[in-house]
Amino acid sequence: MINSNLKQIITDGAWRQNTGLVVLLGLCPLLAVTNTLINGLSLGLATMLTLMLSNLSVSIMRGFLKPEIRIPAFVLIIASVVTVIEMLMHAFFYDLFRVLGIFIPLIVTNCAIIGRAETFASRNKPLPSLVDGFATGLGFCITLVLLGALRELTGRGTLFSGAEMLLGDWGQYLTLTIIPDHPGFLLAMLPPGAFLGLALLIAARNAWQAKRTVLPSPSTSTLVRDTNEV
Amino acid sequence: MSKTLHSVLRSGLLLGMIALLGTALLAGVNELTYERIVEQEKLRVLQQLNEIVPTAAYNNDLLEDKIVIEDNMYFRHPAPVTVYRARMDGLPVAVMMIITAPDGYNGDIRLLAGIDSEGAVIGVRVISHKETPGLGDPIEIEKSDWILGFNKKSLRNPESDGWGVKRDDGQFDQFTGATISPRAVVKVMHNTLLYFDANKQMLFDTSTQSTDQHDQ
Repeated sequence: MINSNLKQIITDGAWRQNTGLVVLLGLCPLLAVTNTLINGLSLGLATMLTLMLSNLSVSIMRGFLKPEIRIPAFVLIIASVVTVIEMLMHAFFYDLFRVLGIFIPLIVTNCAIIGRAETFASRNKPLPSLVDGFATGLGFCITLVLLGALRELTGRGTLFSGAEMLLGDWGQYLTLTIIPDHPGFLLAMLPPGAFLGLALLIAARNAWQAKRTVLPSPSTSTLVRDTNEV
Repeated sequence: MSKTLHSVLRSGLLLGMIALLGTALLAGVNELTYERIVEQEKLRVLQQLNEIVPTAAYNNDLLEDKIVIEDNMYFRHPAPVTVYRARMDGLPVAVMMIITAPDGYNGDIRLLAGIDSEGAVIGVRVISHKETPGLGDPIEIEKSDWILGFNKKSLRNPESDGWGVKRDDGQFDQFTGATISPRAVVKVMHNTLLYFDANKQMLFDTSTQSTDQHDQ
């Protein structure tokens, strides 16, 4: 019973209500840092950690958070969590901190985080909330990684460049040059490329979803279910 | 009436408690990471400096032996210029200056420029920039070796008219599709050499060692 419930939370967070592709929240960092796979992965992991910690704290405090002060309380909690993560990255992943720069503190403004605090963590027990934070973060992280990979591959012909910033010196051997002597495709590296890439990913997800859901039952109930929980 | 007051007070108190908790947490983590962060920042500056002047070439404490200068005539960017002085047994070896070119394609290009005591460039590295990826970013050493073209250059090599990109009849290459970024770097390097030439005595003067906490 409990296990199937948690499973449901995971598929909801990571796939059915995917922050980047379905709910379309947190697009600013999504579009800004995804010029390489590693940048996307790093911000995705930081966001995932933030979601887990903020969901957990909100859920623990949900008993005595009065409705009229819950939003400022969420903001305080999320801002504290993000600042802690920022300081830790500054101290222990210095190169990465420099690359991601302003987008780490800006995790605070990712509406997905306050959204999960409001719609899920403030109404559920700590464990499901933590799992929800993990699943939502995972979905967001996967989207960032896919978009980063797409843009890095078309824009520079490589994958995993800059891995040494995340993994230490040996990471530089991870860089794969898929297309040698790539002349560089500027459109993919600049913000318009991010919009186009995101559009492609959303289209791909929708196509896949349509194929899967239309076949078993031609009713419209799936459509309704997909949106009524947002 | 008093019921509303009571509820407002309770909410305020609750928010205050959460703020206090958050502040305590941040203070704690700050205490844990502060030293390491300062250490990392120092290490990075030193690494960059050593890329230009190797550790064997000097024996003073580079990070301590620095001055901060402002000179609007040569440096058209309002940011003050930090100068690190490398010495061997007290004799001048080189200065390393953190300079800013104000006229990149997308704003400031911050550079670290090493100049030896004879006034020749030892090396230049880009510290930060916002130039267009793929077009202007070959000024970075990671992208191309263009920046190495400054090595050994001085005010007499090339002469003054040579200090420009080729499109402006100078000696330095530009990039395909991007002239503005290299032009900005060449210009600020020329000005820096002119400044060095005019203020060499002062730059190496030991009595000018700055004691203020003006960090870059």
